[in-house]
Amino acid sequence: MKPEILLAYLGDFRPDWSEELRRRVTAATDHFVRSQPLGIDLTHFFDPDRQQYHATLLLAELLRHLPPSGGRIVGITAEDLYIPVLTFVFGQAQLGGPAAVVSVMRLHSQFYGLPPDERLLVDRAVKEVVHELGHGFGLVHCPDRTCVMSSSTYVEDVDLKGERYCAECTGLLLSGAAGSPVS
Amino acid sequence: MRHRKPRIMIVDDEHSVRTSLREWFLEDGFDVVTAEDGLDALKKLDSEPPDLMVLDLKMPGMDGISLQRRLREVHPDLTIIVLTAFASVETAVEALKLGAFDYVTKPVDPDELSHTVRRALERKQLTDENARLRDKVTQLSTASPIIGRSRGMERVMELVGTVAETDASVVIRGESGTGKELIARAIHAASPRRFFPIVAVNCGAIPESLLESELFGHEKGAFTGAHYRRKGKLELANGGTLFLDEIGEIPAKMQVDLLRVLESHRFSRLGGAQEIESDFRLVCATNRDLEALVREGRFREDLYYRIHVFSIELPPLRERREDIPLLVEHFVEKLSRSMGKPSKQLSDESEQLLQAYGWPGNVRELENAIERAMVVGTTGWIRPQDLPLQVEQEAVRPRDRSLESLESEHIARVLREESGNVSQAARVLGIDRGTLYNKIKKYGIRSG
Repeated sequence: MKPEILLAYLGDFRPDWSEELRRRVTAATDHFVRSQPLGIDLTHFFDPDRQQYHATLLLAELLRHLPPSGGRIVGITAEDLYIPVLTFVFGQAQLGGPAAVVSVMRLHSQFYGLPPDERLLVDRAVKEVVHELGHGFGLVHCPDRTCVMSSSTYVEDVDLKGERYCAECTGLLLSGAAGSPVS
Repeated sequence: MRHRKPRIMIVDDEHSVRTSLREWFLEDGFDVVTAEDGLDALKKLDSEPPDLMVLDLKMPGMDGISLQRRLREVHPDLTIIVLTAFASVETAVEALKLGAFDYVTKPVDPDELSHTVRRALERKQLTDENARLRDKVTQLSTASPIIGRSRGMERVMELVGTVAETDASVVIRGESGTGKELIARAIHAASPRRFFPIVAVNCGAIPESLLESELFGHEKGAFTGAHYRRKGKLELANGGTLFLDEIGEIPAKMQVDLLRVLESHRFSRLGGAQEIESDFRLVCATNRDLEALVREGRFREDLYYRIHVFSIELPPLRERREDIPLLVEHFVEKLSRSMGKPSKQLSDESEQLLQAYGWPGNVRELENAIERAMVVGTTGWIRPQDLPLQVEQEAVRPRDRSLESLESEHIARVLREESGNVSQAARVLGIDRGTLYNKIKKYGIRSG
């Protein structure tokens, strides 16, 4: 049986669409997926100068909450994430590692001055979670713009791609030939 | 040719910056090396040479600008993207003046970083390709066609066509001036390696003390006068063909080193510890009797067998006299173009002289003779008085017309035409094999 994937909602973030996200991530990854809140204190990861949360440190914290027997964890937060050097990130994972984190803040239409669109938000969240899980499985960015592993630096890039791995990435996953595990 | 992931080196003193950028680039499919300061970067550049460097300007010890100055000396072609805090844009401008591709201010927008890196790598790829194509154009524009319809030259061109498709080592034999380098270039031009360079080294023309550095390259400071790192011909031939002319002149110590490289295709630059891999096809040429050199212990037998996979023998001009008019026509056309002079025709008397002459310097000597005639001639004809003195004198001097001399020359020609097959040559000559063997021994004819 494939190891479990835990979708962990950080802080007091409890979206209505968590069950839909769980279902669609299950379909895209073919893993058993569970979701639950994770009560960690996010203030430890807050940078007052940048008014953002440090994704790398958050990732290190998530490694302490892994599901048993080789499971994976994806932290999901409503806060804005950054890594040093970059202005923001939609999410972060270690290539070949068991933990990832995704922020939905920049996935909201309102962030770009547009009316709320929950359907679009859930679509984007599914894609970002499946994308970061792909990095965890060892996949790097894919040149196929419709593949969920396609690189996204703008939210429009997220909208362009699908929520499934393309045939080539699926082949890499099945053959175990995806990138090297984290050291 | 093998394809590898582009490698990025991140040079930044902040651990968190190195780690987060490393993850970012790994996810983008790059190979990543990190260095915590300028000295660390210089150390790692040799063992893990990057395609691109992302360089923080503000670092303790050797800062980004100092590192860039050093890199201009040892790695002038390295593509650099500078990372800078907003407050140090003036320093970034200085970095650009030193040749950095671009700069980004921290924190950088992910899309901007991604695009800057891709643009830098695309430019590097284009620059590398441009350099390769320029070399190729230079080679093509300077290369001369191979002229000749004689049986001997047709056979040579058949062999070139056969061997070019393979990756086998080739030894081209022939007297001085027969056009061995042209044949090497023809093999390269017809081979799958034709889009990569052919690198020629004349082993006989370079002093022994310099040949090692010429072939293997050297690191800065490897010896007195080595002010800069220099790539050797073995490294420059990567992907293409290495042409070693006058291989018979290569000194004993170099024979050992060369053999080792040919076995592993790996070597180190002089004064360097890093092993370099180079994938090249070897073509050699010689006017010496390599077998005799092996027997005399002056050429290593193991090296001989390593290079002597395929052999092509070029006939001397005196054995392909029917090609002389064609060659003259070709040289007249070529020289009249380069000199900006009208074309000339060969007079009957001059043609007789050219046909009678022995051409010890072969095609090269013929080209020089025609060049002289083009320079000194005042009419639309190449006349006997326009040709070099020795050509005129040879025509009036009785040549060695003894029966033995003619017999030896004829046997050598037939053997060559029959690719050294003694039985076949004996049939053509109308004598039995035993008699032919005796004559080969008597005249000292080489059968290879």
